[in-house]
Order: sequence, then C-alpha cells, then structure tokens
Amino acid sequence: MHGPELHWLPRPSTWSQDLALAEPGPTAWPMLCALARARIDALETRSLDRKRQRLMMDPPENMVAASIRLAVLASSTVDHLLPGIRVAGMRRDLWIETFTPDYGQHTQALMDPASPLFAFRPTAVLFAFDSHHLLAGIEPGGDAAETEARITRIGENLTTQWARARQAFRCQVIQQTLLPVFDPLFGSNEHRLPGSPYWAVQQLNATLRKLADAEAVDILALDAVAATDGLAAWHDPALWHRAKQEVHPSAAPCYGDRVARLLAAGLGRSSKALVLDLDNTLWGGVIGDDGLEGIKLGQGSALGEAFVAFQRYARDLSLRGIILAICSKNDLANAVEPFDKHPEMVLKRSDIACFTANWTDKAANIRDIATQLNIGLDSLVFADDNPAERAIVRRELPMVAVPELPADPTLWPATLAAAGYFESLRLTKEDLERSEQYQANLQRSSLMASATDLEGYLRSLEMRAIWSRFDRVGQARIVQLINKTNQFNLTTRRVTDEDVAALIEDERALTLQIRLIDAFGDNGIIAIVIGLFQSGTRDIRIDTWLMSCRVLGRRMEETTLNLIVRQARALGCERLIGVYRPTAKNAMVRDHYPRLGFSPIATPERDGVAEYVLVLDGWTELPTTIVSDATPQ
Amino acid sequence: MTDAELYAGLNEIFRQVLDDDTIALKPEMTAEDVEGWDSMNHIFIVVEIEKRFGIKFQAAEMEELKNVGELAALVREKAGAVR
Repeated sequence: MHGPELHWLPRPSTWSQDLALAEPGPTAWPMLCALARARIDALETRSLDRKRQRLMMDPPENMVAASIRLAVLASSTVDHLLPGIRVAGMRRDLWIETFTPDYGQHTQALMDPASPLFAFRPTAVLFAFDSHHLLAGIEPGGDAAETEARITRIGENLTTQWARARQAFRCQVIQQTLLPVFDPLFGSNEHRLPGSPYWAVQQLNATLRKLADAEAVDILALDAVAATDGLAAWHDPALWHRAKQEVHPSAAPCYGDRVARLLAAGLGRSSKALVLDLDNTLWGGVIGDDGLEGIKLGQGSALGEAFVAFQRYARDLSLRGIILAICSKNDLANAVEPFDKHPEMVLKRSDIACFTANWTDKAANIRDIATQLNIGLDSLVFADDNPAERAIVRRELPMVAVPELPADPTLWPATLAAAGYFESLRLTKEDLERSEQYQANLQRSSLMASATDLEGYLRSLEMRAIWSRFDRVGQARIVQLINKTNQFNLTTRRVTDEDVAALIEDERALTLQIRLIDAFGDNGIIAIVIGLFQSGTRDIRIDTWLMSCRVLGRRMEETTLNLIVRQARALGCERLIGVYRPTAKNAMVRDHYPRLGFSPIATPERDGVAEYVLVLDGWTELPTTIVSDATPQ
Repeated sequence: MTDAELYAGLNEIFRQVLDDDTIALKPEMTAEDVEGWDSMNHIFIVVEIEKRFGIKFQAAEMEELKNVGELAALVREKAGAVR
C-alpha cells in the first residue's frame, strides 16, 4: 500500500539534481523552500530535511515569520514523522524546529520545569497520542455508563495536559484526533456495544472536538484524513507491532503538511484569495469560440455538472471569507457574458472581487490582482486547467500557490481541499464579510479616480474610526492581524492568543483596536497598537503598531496617533517611544514616525532598529477628516 | 531479475535511506556492518523495498532475517511470485 501523496504539488523532473545543487549561503533557504514545494515522497522528504540541516544551522536572516519550536508529545514512535513537519514548514517559508521528550516521558516532562521540554521553550505543542494508549482500559463487556465515564475521564485528563502546556509556554496547543485503528467486533451496529474499541475511538474523537473548542485548542483531524484516503494509507498494523509506528512512514509528508498548515494558520499565513481561470476551468469549452450556448455548464452533461460543482465549491469558499478573483485570457465582453446571461452559472459577478480578462500574460495580471486587492502574492491560490499557464505562473511568481489540477474537473474540489490552502483555525466576523469589503474597496478606488482633490475625496468617504481597548470580542481578529500583517507593521512582533488575553487583563498596557467605517461599508478592524511602560519611567514604548494596507492613504495614521496620545495621557504617560524594526517587507513604514512628528533618538545601530520620541506635554492633535468614537459598551 | 539488478535496487534504497552513497551491500553484511542501519531506518528500508518491488513482507518473515543475503533472497522469492 502506498502512502497518501502530495498530489496537488508539481513534480519537476530535475528534483534530485536540484537537491544536489543546493549550496550554503543566502540562496540556500529559497532553494530548499522551492524543493519542498514539489510532490516528494517520504524518502525525498528525509533527504531534503537532512540537506537543510547540513546547509543551515540557523533560520535565514530577515525572515518575515518567527521561527516555530514545535514539541510533539506522543506515546509511541513519532521520530519518523518529524522531517515531514520540518519540510512542510519550508513549503510555507517557515523555519520549524521540533522536539520530542524521551520515550514515555510526555506527562512528566510537562510537569517538570527542569525537563528538556522546558529548555526547548516550545511555541507550539502537538499532543499526538496513539489510540492504543488513550483507550487502554476500555473493554467490551462493561456497561455503557462505565464506558462513557471512562471517555469523560480521558477527555478531562487531556484537558489538564493542554492547560499545563498552555500555562507553561503560552503557546498554540494542537490535539490530534485518534486514528480509527481498531476493527469492529460485530459490524454496523457497533455503537450498541459498550466498550467496543472501534466505537470508543469515534466517541473520544467527538469528545475531543467539543473540549478543544471550549479550550481554544486546535484539532489535527487524522480521523478525517483516514476517512478520505483510506485507513490503510495511513496505518499498517504490521508497523505498529514491529515499531510502534501508528502513522505509516510513507504518510509522513502528508502528516507533516497537515501539522504545518495548523502552525501557519496560527500565524495567519493561510491563503486568502482564489484566482480562477475561466475557459475550461469554470465551464467546459471556450466562450469566445463556442459562445454562450456552446459552453458546457450545468445539467445535460456530466462535465457540465462537474463545472457547476467546482463553481459551488469556490462560491462556498467565498462565503467563508476567501476572496475570489478572475484571471483569464479573453476579451472582457466575452468573459463576462456567462456571468450575466448563463442560467447555470453559480458564481455571479458580485462574487468576484477583481475581474481580469485581457490578453496580457497571467503572471502580470496576477501581480495586478494582488495590488488591487491589497494582499500579498503569497496569499493567492491560482487555479487554471492549462498546465502551460500553471508552469509560467509558478516560474514567474513562485510565491503564488498553483495546484496541479487533474484532467477531470470532477476531482478539483477534492484537490483544493487536500492541498489545505485555506486552513483556518477560527472564523472571525471579518472573514465572513471580507468579500463585500473588497468589493466596496474597488468602488472606493473608482471614486478616487474620479475625485479631483485628495481632501475632497477623503471627506466624501465620511470615515468614522470606532476604537476600543483590546477585548474578548476582538481577540481572535487581533491575534490574526498581528500575526499576518507584514507591510504596514513597525516591529513585526508576533503574539499568541494567550499574550493578547494577558494584555486584555493588563490595565497599565496601552492597547488599541480600531475599526473603520466609511460611506461604502465597514472595513473591519484595520489598526492595532500595543504600548507598554518602560519600567521605572513615564515613557510608553510602542511595541506594536500595525495597520491594514487596505486603508492606506486615508490619514488613518494621524487618527491612530491621536487616539494613542489620548490613552497614553490617561495612563499618566509623558513621552511616547516609537520603534521601527526593518524586515524584508516593511520598508513602506521606515519613515512612519518622523512623518508623524517624532524625533529620532540616537541609538546604537542594532539590526537597523531605529527609535523615535514624541513629548506629549503641549502636543496638539493632528488634523484629520476621520471622526473617532469609542465603541459603545 | 539478475542478482546484479536485485543488489543494485537494494543498494539504491539503502543509500537513499541512510544518506550514504558509498554503501555497497554484500550478502554476508548485517546491520552491524552498515552505519546508520538502526531500527528506525530499517523500517524505512523495508517500506521502501515493499514499495519499489511491489511486495509485502509478513511480520514473522522480517524477524528471521540474519543478513543482507537472506533479505535479498526473500525479496527475490516474493517479487518472483508477484510476476
């Protein structure tokens, strides 16, 4: 039985030669990351992991994302899975270090501050206990109440361990669901048999999901992937008996990818937009040649139904906050015709945030789409039936995810789902409204094009900034924004859910979340500030200041500073200290503080970090067209 | 499948799993003679042999193997039966 494959990734014929060519130096990391974005098996994954260890001791300099230290707590063998996790990190430009406590030491390690686990200081902990271990003691033949009580106890025990991990490390906690490795005893009505191991796995998995929800623990759904791929692809009883490997070594690349997705999602680095080709991608045939009646879409043919199903999948993604865009080589008039006139079209023009149909090359168009939507190229997924177009986009824009689509469109929803581009830990209100926000944004742009003066344009937007300190309601969105904003981000500091929870409680901390509403709609939370007193002074150091690039050029910076100063004064602060820490992506805010009237402080050059000061005594608020209100409590 | 082909196939698997291009398997060799051939790598080797030769070992068969020669003989026997 072959393991599950990374079938959505391309397979370059020169992979092995390219691996041999990778050399130490500044090109090592991008080369290794590119090698990780290929359909490689478990052995190749191990080779790539070893190559990385040989070429690089430390994370590359100027890395945008913080490196991740993942502790895997397991009750059986998992060493064979770790290279897959590290390589899946490279696939996402993430540097992942892994650690597993000595065999059988997972529980003690969590309780002993002197253990190597504590020395490792994990930023994420994965509980990867096997089914045999967790369900030990559950025997068929007991009564139903007893089985239920045991399952409850197992759940409580895990909850305690999650809490320990969180308290010790303030980190992301991930719980793996149980692989259904036990065979049924009777058959279809196994649920009537108390203590059936087969049924207990399912009960415990349901319990884990409920508990994880309540505890904000993220689930790694191994039971779901086994249901999709077949258990035999993920588990071989022979290897369990021989080596206590519950997950098959051949499944290591897919296992690792699933783990890395959760880690990336925790940093807000999942894809945000799906860019779609039209001809032979959203319908069968070529609209320019076949015409409205000739294209295959909808009832009457299996192919036509398959395209409807794919459109529905894309539409469903947009309902979950994924932005949709079109990138097609077509005359615009032809391209929009099915959207306007074909009765079987599931996608409407109003579902599309950015519609590009012309004869320019697709890489240039995709770059343009990213600019218009104001999101990074690394947030885009590009779906095109044409292998040549896919290859060109991959070559020109390696940061864009371009899935290998099988020839049969019937398989495309499953392909996108397996690739996990849109892995998301929790859904915020902003996610659900995002598509509308982008639509409104495009309308704003056209208003800007028609307005003759900037002042007049800004006034016509009728902007209102609704602000408040950090609170529980905004917590998920605050964490998400802090961890995924790269460009307008002065310090690019990342935080955990727990860090923000601590700030909510801290009355001496200056915290600010600002929502922007304008004539076209609600932009959601678009600015986040964290300021902390430098100990023993009346100076507040602005630890974090970031804004959504969507609202650039609206004088939102000035409004935000006004709000910072108000809160700082209320806290008894006399001077604000602004910090700029350069990264590969935030050059746009290099002069942010001087522009707002801060003066440079002569500090030693340390990684280009610059500090600025603003004295609050006598300072007057900056002019702005934005009205600010506190959130109604 | 000639002996040379069989050993070439096994060599390639061992070299890839153990990340060592100097490995040259001989029938009398045991895990002691090959650096890195530990229990975890052994599993990878077995899984890879199963995959490339299209065979499946039984749990008991693996425990009785004493050296490379016996492993090769078992692979030959099973691969022959498949074809």
